[in-house]
Amino acid sequence: MPLYNLKINGLEKSVEVASETPLLWVLRDSIGLVGTKFGCGIGSCGACTVHLNGQATRSCLLQVSQLEGIEITTIEGLSENGDHPIQQAWLEHDVPQCGYCQAGQIMQAASLLKSNPNPTDEDIEASMDGNICRCGTYTRIKKAIKYAAKS
Amino acid sequence: MTVFKTTYGRRSFFKTTAIAGGGIMLGFNWLLSCKPSLEELRKMPKEWFNINSYLKIGENGLVTIMSPNPEIGQNVKTSMPMLVAEELDVDWNNVLVEQAPLNKKLYTRQLAGGSQSIRTSWQSLRTAGATARQMLVNAAANSWQVPVDEITTKLGIIEHSLSGKKADYGEMASLAALQDIPKTIILKEPKDFTIIGTSRKNIDGKKIVTGKPLFGLDYNREGMYTAMLLHPPAFGLKLKSIDFSRAKNMPGIKDVFVIKSYKEDQNTLWSDVATFTDLVVVVGNSTWEVLSAKKTLIAEWEPIKLKVEVKNVFGRELKTVTPSGSESSEGHQKSMAKMANKVAKIERKDGDPNGAFKKAAKIIEREYTAPFLAHNTMEPMNFFADVTDEKAEFVGPIQTPEFLQISASERLGIPLDKVDIQMTRMGGGFGRRLYGHFLIEAGVISQKIKAPVKLVYTREDDMTFGVYRPTYHAKYRAALDKNNNLIGFHVRAGGIPESPLFADRFPAGAIENYLAESWTIDSNVSVGAFRAPRSNFIAGAEQSFLDELSEAIGKDPIEFRLELMQKVIDKPIGKYNDYDPKRYMSVLELVREKSNWNKTTLNTYRGVAAYYCHNSYAAQVLELTYQEGNPVVQKVVCAIDCGIVVNPDAAANLTEGGIVDGIGHAMFSELTMKEGIPDQNNFDTYRLIRHSEAPKKINVYFVENGIDPTGLGEPPFVPISGALANALYKATGKRVSSQPFINELVGDKIKG
Repeated sequence: MPLYNLKINGLEKSVEVASETPLLWVLRDSIGLVGTKFGCGIGSCGACTVHLNGQATRSCLLQVSQLEGIEITTIEGLSENGDHPIQQAWLEHDVPQCGYCQAGQIMQAASLLKSNPNPTDEDIEASMDGNICRCGTYTRIKKAIKYAAKS
Repeated sequence: MTVFKTTYGRRSFFKTTAIAGGGIMLGFNWLLSCKPSLEELRKMPKEWFNINSYLKIGENGLVTIMSPNPEIGQNVKTSMPMLVAEELDVDWNNVLVEQAPLNKKLYTRQLAGGSQSIRTSWQSLRTAGATARQMLVNAAANSWQVPVDEITTKLGIIEHSLSGKKADYGEMASLAALQDIPKTIILKEPKDFTIIGTSRKNIDGKKIVTGKPLFGLDYNREGMYTAMLLHPPAFGLKLKSIDFSRAKNMPGIKDVFVIKSYKEDQNTLWSDVATFTDLVVVVGNSTWEVLSAKKTLIAEWEPIKLKVEVKNVFGRELKTVTPSGSESSEGHQKSMAKMANKVAKIERKDGDPNGAFKKAAKIIEREYTAPFLAHNTMEPMNFFADVTDEKAEFVGPIQTPEFLQISASERLGIPLDKVDIQMTRMGGGFGRRLYGHFLIEAGVISQKIKAPVKLVYTREDDMTFGVYRPTYHAKYRAALDKNNNLIGFHVRAGGIPESPLFADRFPAGAIENYLAESWTIDSNVSVGAFRAPRSNFIAGAEQSFLDELSEAIGKDPIEFRLELMQKVIDKPIGKYNDYDPKRYMSVLELVREKSNWNKTTLNTYRGVAAYYCHNSYAAQVLELTYQEGNPVVQKVVCAIDCGIVVNPDAAANLTEGGIVDGIGHAMFSELTMKEGIPDQNNFDTYRLIRHSEAPKKINVYFVENGIDPTGLGEPPFVPISGALANALYKATGKRVSSQPFINELVGDKIKG
């Protein structure tokens, strides 16, 4: 099987997997970074959202062979100590219920704030619509994003 | 002052040292990477002293509280330990929480379901804390040679003010552990609570937002394989033959074989819903390799034969019939419509309903339907199993570990006390994980390959496996006399394969001539409890009908309901009514006030609904506008009476979520099928509510009445579909009655 050199959360990682293996499963099975979640496998729920060069992307549809030379950031690498403004805002608003989708929500929200530091309600809805929360924490997520934008 | 004998729930107070002697007690910190943080480690004690099965105290004053019940997002892992901490009088900042092991000797009702965790442990968890506190006080009294009743405790400090003696819990922990268990203890009055009733953050919050492994799917163990299943593509089919020659030779594949999840003669419990029992299993090194191999399987299927099962449902034998054949949603609708027009089983009859309808000047009538729903927990079904000749170890997400322990023991032929189930945080439950066939399947696979394995369902496997919310139908009729007085009420409700009827709930008790009938249709589509079973449909149907009725009678919908409830207070009809009309009225009155119900706003359309279930009362007002031809829910105001609220902000979160969930399912979601094959199998075809469709604002108010806590996970979820339908009517002039409403709204215009 081919060897791929990836840059994940600032560290070089080499993995030997089939070329079509999605990044999601490389992260979870080969590297042991399980913060990125499996929800649908078809890019429809956002649970697997990671950053590629700072941009939010669904990792379940990304083949590992396309990723050499790209900076990959997962929830584990979003901040040193869980103190990214979005993570802080999530704690402040006690957003999670079951918590399963929240890593994806946080990665999507962090990417939104990077490109749009002061999003309107409509901007938030447009950017976050691909991330399903089955527990229905949407109203808190919106509040938390606005709070993070202010801080 | 409330004095409790600690003999209440006595088995909860066995000293934990007793655990060592029996069973296969396993370490609590099962996820290596889930070790305490550095910050936590720095303050970790050198030694822990077990006080009782719910808590241990370190010599430095740190307290670990065991959370007994499964955590599905209802936040019991925070709120249940809060009950212990309250009576222990400990500083919440010095509390660590661990998920307790499954142990029927030490804990009672380790189950997540029916919104009952807090209600049923309200006394026992506080007693655990109070008992421990008393043991600390007794230890101090002995050690200081002072009278027990002169000692006070606060925030983990024991004090005898007369002598000026003071110690923290850590200093007394070793002595406290040796004290006898007090025979009686005194529980605090609600007015003295310092933790209960104050908002405390989710105990796992930091781990969740930093992506720490918490969920079953995150579990890993050295030497563990991954397994996936192939199940029939349609209800009514079973495996005939399988060609796995290609899959077996694919990279990373260890084995491919067929299993029977349950034995033919298994004594199945209510928690054993096995839609498909003959399953093809692919086992390999990694998820992607297994998934790739699974795609190459070539299976042949054949029709099932009629099956009659008798299940043990809480001590009662319940017969279920699974017919053969291919079913379709169209066929389901037709057969339900037919049943709705036939006389059904009478569940309650007050007065002379037939007579009332005969002499009615006007009859109002409407039929309501709702589709099958898949639970769609965000974390798909999965479980880890390591089965050897001597024992079976399971790790994963399960709402009913006590029951699955029994079923796994029988299926695997391993003694009950050698079957251990460790509960992980669950990526959603909603009732789906009450049915643990996936745990059994993982066990059977591990037993077969003689190695640890994690079974993983894909979203498609999960969504097409059944265990759905049943599809329902309800027909409501009301008889009015010539003066528009309500003289008769009739509900005939049924479903596939269960009826949603609660014959003794409101408005039963308020109407002199009342008839409630139920019917069912057998099906081979498997079903299970879905957040607020039965109520999740009948509440909205009933509340829509009452709205229509209030309009026909010419009364304000809140006033109309209040008048009916007042009748129940003044002169209840019938032998038994399953609700307290006063508490019902209090939530309606509160929601009326908080929503400014009597003040209308131009181009804003409102609907109200209220319901009682899981021992709690919820009333909601939903406010919507139309933008570019689409309804937009601007605001929901919710009033709840669930007694004492343990963790207010988390309770508000759960309520907000229930409202979003209720709107989403009523508006958008359905699981339909043709020839037994589900039309939806992933989130591209199954529509769940998304960010932009959620209410812009939700305000939650709790009734403060000091009553012992009742359910909260389910009650706020159910009335909202009625409030939504009623608001849509105000906007469009059309009564939507078939869920999902979106199918009925296409092309609708706002009322002029």
